[in-house]
Amino acid sequence: MELVQRKLVTIVAESALEKRLVHDVHEAGIKGYTVSLVHGAGVRGQREGDLQGGNIKIECVVAKELVETIFALLEINYFPHYACVAWASDVDVARGENY
Amino acid sequence: MNLDVFALALANIISPPVLAFALGLLAVAIKSDLRLPEAFYQAISIYLLLGIGIKGGAALRSAEISDIWLPLVVTLILGILIPLAAFLVAGWLTNLDTINKGALAAHYGSTSLVTFTAALVFVESSGYFVEGYLVTLLAVLEVPGIIVGLLLASRGRSESVAWGESLREVLSGRSIVLLVGGLAIGAITGSVGFAAIEPLFGGLFTGVLTLFLLELGIVAGRRLPDVKQAGVGVVIFGLTFPVLAGSAGVIAGGLAGLSIGGAALLGVLSASSSYIAAPTAVRLALPEASPGIYLTASLGITFPFNLVIGIPLYFWLAQSLEGVLIWN
Repeated sequence: MELVQRKLVTIVAESALEKRLVHDVHEAGIKGYTVSLVHGAGVRGQREGDLQGGNIKIECVVAKELVETIFALLEINYFPHYACVAWASDVDVARGENY
Repeated sequence: MNLDVFALALANIISPPVLAFALGLLAVAIKSDLRLPEAFYQAISIYLLLGIGIKGGAALRSAEISDIWLPLVVTLILGILIPLAAFLVAGWLTNLDTINKGALAAHYGSTSLVTFTAALVFVESSGYFVEGYLVTLLAVLEVPGIIVGLLLASRGRSESVAWGESLREVLSGRSIVLLVGGLAIGAITGSVGFAAIEPLFGGLFTGVLTLFLLELGIVAGRRLPDVKQAGVGVVIFGLTFPVLAGSAGVIAGGLAGLSIGGAALLGVLSASSSYIAAPTAVRLALPEASPGIYLTASLGITFPFNLVIGIPLYFWLAQSLEGVLIWN
């Protein structure tokens, strides 16, 4: 099977933001995503005492052009005030037309 | 019967739920790995919300509209006045900006189910009657405080507040759905329906509350190191505002014709601050407000204070005012 190059965008943010983030990345044009509950620590330390439960990780495989769009919206609406980190990496995927 | 305040405080402190809370605090202090599994914690929080809703609903069925309307109106007024007062008092005691004061107002205007539940168990185990519709008042008092707090904070923001999203979170959140849903179930099925589920939702209730408070002790204990960063003003606010709001609640309850137990519980509702519904709403609507301030004050300072000292204090106040105000 032929593999195609795409980008994997991973966003880790506080769990209160789940609905909003999923809505926003959908609007940006992604076709699918995976959300998982995660915990960990960052430069500002561990987020503790939040009864809503730690962090969420949203992963989505996207075409290269979409990466900029997603990061632009994170930069405007999320990075300034929320605990939110994101990165993009290269992935080879099967059935490239799905992304 | 008028117990003195210290005897009441002692009886409260040596109850299993409060001691379990202390054990949770201790576990954090000695860096124990103790934690309730997340799913179990979620499950018992659903149990408590639904159980208290059904119990209140069953009692509501036997109440007359003429008994309820005045306490209901008084509660709505408290729901608007308490966050306004919190905003003002926070202004006197701290040098926080408008947004953070508004965030505090939203938390202190709303209520804490666990504080209410612990108080209900305490007052009832002291042999006092509590009107079943107090749970309705709990549901009523949950939302207005958040709205008023966000309104106050929005004056300090250049952008508009994400009203729709945060109110939807509050109204569709499990607190409201389970409380209101439980009240409906209880009201429909009445005492016959409650008798059928009593072994789970009645007999086991205090035991489950004890487990829940163990976890809350751990969560609150992990917040304690942040208290230093929050500043002296916030600590003083977290310790004094509940006494002010709680006393107002007891007096308002007395004037509205509640029993001693009912007035004490309305005091507890007024004094308690939210740490489940309000933080999510505030986080979404006011991203600039610091959780290090509002969550620390609500969960790290006011919740333990109310649990240990506040509950017997408001109960004692309600007893002392017997005869001074008009009681039914």
